[in-house]
Amino acid sequence: MRMQIEGSQAVADAIALCQPEVIAAYPISPQTHIVERLSRKTKQGHIGRCQFLNVESEFAALSVLIGASASGARTYTATSSQGLLFMAEAVYNAAGLGLPIVMTIANRAIGAPINIWNDHSDSMALRDAGWIQLFAEDNQDAVDLHIQAFRLAESLSCPVMVCMDGYVLTHAYEPVDVPDAVQVNAYLPPYDPVQVLDPERPVSIGAMVGPEAFTEVKYFSHQQHLRALEVMPELVEAFEQHFQRRSGGLCSAYRMEDADIAVIAMGSVIGTIKDAVDELRNTGVRVGCVKIGCYRPFPKFQVSALLEKTTRVIVVEKDLAVGMGGIVSADVQSALQGRQISVHTVIAGLGGRSISTSSLKHMILEARAERLTEPYFLDLNKTVIEQELARRRDIRRAGPVAEHMLQTMNVIGTKVS
Amino acid sequence: MWQIRIHGRGGQGVVTAAELLAMAAFMDGKYAQAFPSFGSERMGAPVVAFCRVAEGAIRTRETVTRPDVVIIQDPTLLHQVDLFGGLAPLGFVLINSTQTLDALHIEEFLSTLPLGHVCAFSATDLGLKYLKRPIANGPLLGAFAAITGLIRLASVESAIQQKFPGAVGEANRAAAREAFDVVTTSITEQRGIVHHAHAD
Amino acid sequence: MTTERIKFYQTGTFTAGNRLLDEATRTVQSRLDRTNSLNSGHRACQGCGEALGARYALDAAMRASHNQLIAVNATGCLEVFSSPYPESAWQIPWMHSLFGNAPAVASGIAAALRAKRRDDVTVIAQGGDGATVDIGFGCLSGMFERNDDVLYLCYDNEAYMNTGIQRSGATPPFARTNTTQAVGEHPGNPIGNGKNVPRIALAHGIPYVATASVADLHDLERKVTKAIGVRGARYIHVHVPCPLGWGSDPAHTMKVARLAVESGLFPLFEAEFGKGIRAVPSVRGRIRKSHLLHADSPQSSCRTLSGATDSIQASVRSAAGHGSPRRDPSNGR
Repeated sequence: MRMQIEGSQAVADAIALCQPEVIAAYPISPQTHIVERLSRKTKQGHIGRCQFLNVESEFAALSVLIGASASGARTYTATSSQGLLFMAEAVYNAAGLGLPIVMTIANRAIGAPINIWNDHSDSMALRDAGWIQLFAEDNQDAVDLHIQAFRLAESLSCPVMVCMDGYVLTHAYEPVDVPDAVQVNAYLPPYDPVQVLDPERPVSIGAMVGPEAFTEVKYFSHQQHLRALEVMPELVEAFEQHFQRRSGGLCSAYRMEDADIAVIAMGSVIGTIKDAVDELRNTGVRVGCVKIGCYRPFPKFQVSALLEKTTRVIVVEKDLAVGMGGIVSADVQSALQGRQISVHTVIAGLGGRSISTSSLKHMILEARAERLTEPYFLDLNKTVIEQELARRRDIRRAGPVAEHMLQTMNVIGTKVS
Repeated sequence: MWQIRIHGRGGQGVVTAAELLAMAAFMDGKYAQAFPSFGSERMGAPVVAFCRVAEGAIRTRETVTRPDVVIIQDPTLLHQVDLFGGLAPLGFVLINSTQTLDALHIEEFLSTLPLGHVCAFSATDLGLKYLKRPIANGPLLGAFAAITGLIRLASVESAIQQKFPGAVGEANRAAAREAFDVVTTSITEQRGIVHHAHAD
Repeated sequence: MTTERIKFYQTGTFTAGNRLLDEATRTVQSRLDRTNSLNSGHRACQGCGEALGARYALDAAMRASHNQLIAVNATGCLEVFSSPYPESAWQIPWMHSLFGNAPAVASGIAAALRAKRRDDVTVIAQGGDGATVDIGFGCLSGMFERNDDVLYLCYDNEAYMNTGIQRSGATPPFARTNTTQAVGEHPGNPIGNGKNVPRIALAHGIPYVATASVADLHDLERKVTKAIGVRGARYIHVHVPCPLGWGSDPAHTMKVARLAVESGLFPLFEAEFGKGIRAVPSVRGRIRKSHLLHADSPQSSCRTLSGATDSIQASVRSAAGHGSPRRDPSNGR
């Protein structure tokens, strides 16, 4: 049913429809609304015999799900930023053990400096742990991706992260078609585990594997990820049949048919980019947009195919490989190996900075005129940087960087001397 | 597309106001997007909430830097926070205050806006009257319907009732209705004074 | 239920099976139909107290739970020597996840079983002292405060042994480890540090807390059996000598364990909901042959250690809210 609803609430409703059996919850902004609503729905009996555990840390949250999933239960949790890092060991463990856990990442920047607003640094930090990573463009996408995620995870025995921009999507109140139980049950069968702890048929899970077999175990995981690139489109097709709308998918194109320039991105910024594309198209610029829906595994061939006719690619990403530059752009470049094509890296939206249509348009035109630095930091306040560098040149005990920058920008009060 | 920006302080229901506005627009068959810009949960800190209303799908996620409407729930923010930044030349302003625009030192600043596009009234007093609490957001939504005509008062009332069932919703709706009337009267008077002046 | 100290009829040995006992008081291990949950062929050191304790505990648990048991293991000696890929010594459903999360993983299994209406299946989590007292402590406390339906067994060999004998929060005062070396007049592990997790478990008020030792295997089996019959969070802290880490003769594991119990260094007790502690009185006396003594200052360390054991006993008694145990042994010899 189509309704005006907050993103988190819609996602919680979608999760409830998938009937998880164990949910673990540890609070962190901005995911809290999801687990709060799920706790309520559990108590209201909307999720069968689902067990909702309030745990003592994110590490505990994922650990609880590791045990539950190994016992044959469908499992779910949500986290962000620092919480995702706190469970890092368990994230690798779940993937290595092949447990089909589904987890929402309400994307949020990682400190220091502490920052509760949206960027992709959290999912990026664990992009190679072996989890499938899907990115939602809007809240309809977020709802649909979670439903797809359970089916995907369980068919491949691989955990899935569904990434949705913290606050920007989680706290956005917009129209979403929340499916009903009949539709979801038709699409998502009950969980049939590949491995399960069962007194009737004892197995040992989690053995130590030495040099003689470790490579083979990892290769197997790698192959499963590559298989995901085939399974996902089938799953998306099936979703369309059941729900009458196209959601998810490895990547998709917007006005790319005759585009010289392609802007590539993931997550909610895609919406703003589409507006920028339309406005530039009205002035005759042949620009289009490629959305990456599945970041891990990275759909190299599919992305490359969408860029067949383009000569210039601009990757807009909400993350930074400190000292190196882009992360997504590195993957895009890898996909475009051997092609005569310019790839620009634009670092935007870090720590929740708003990405405006006007800034994007200006940046695209600058890229077209070969005037972008590489990487290019969108809306960078150069004055503040220069002042801070000058200060540090002059004084040894210059104090914390962040506090002084904030003072320069008059965001916080000056120090009492 | 209409872009609305609501300013207030934590605990005053600024985020709820944006959501109710979006819900009312949804009930009117429009596409609406509302989202907050706020920090960690804290009472009293400045809070901004945004809302966009359009006939078709809204895709952009940027903050509202060029509002068509600015709603100020807490006038103590005036002269402290840039409340009017980017306001459209033909924009609307609603201020929750017992004082006149002149007393608030913003009459001249807002005088460039069309007649009938600015209104200051005490939404808080209406909240106290109907809810016994200084809740301003319901009345401000009624005022919004009156001053912009973008959403129907009936939809504002339905949105309020859905969010706050029972007696609380009833009281809020009544406050919204009275605010609608107060602002309608004010706008008419503003335009009326000019007509009088022209007539002379 | 009163406990009876079993006397050993066979002189010169300390056989626990004892064919002269009646059926009801024989150990599970003495039965032909025992599970062998931890089967032979594992790679533990000769004389490993943990392998012994785990075997007794899990077979007793299997019997008490009618073979409906799932076990979670933290990283550590037991996990490493029992599951070298592609083999496993476990004949029961068994899972190893991480070092610090065994209690949480077990909580998750218990939740899944509850969701699936399988309340006939018991969940055991087990780990060494490092996994339990230090890195897994947060998860352990969480499991306790939620009263998750898990029996946690801690095998305490008083240090991180699998990684090469490093100090843990369970390492006793003065003990020599590779990170608390006895150098000059420094006696090894400082006195005053460390956690007493059985007492912390008592403070959580969980349904059952006990300490046990491989010195008294009947008692260990009895406590595990009793714990299986209780619902909610349960904790048994089992003292297990490590010949390699303690520098003791592999043939003397039982003797050393018994010394620790009888000297009061490792008191045996059990309690329900943090109350009503039943403690086994210790034989007070000087510790003559102890691996804990430092060669340079045996007298002062010994006195301090005596004092320490006295205060351990006193603190156990006061935690019980009782007076002293019924029988106060005569002064040491």
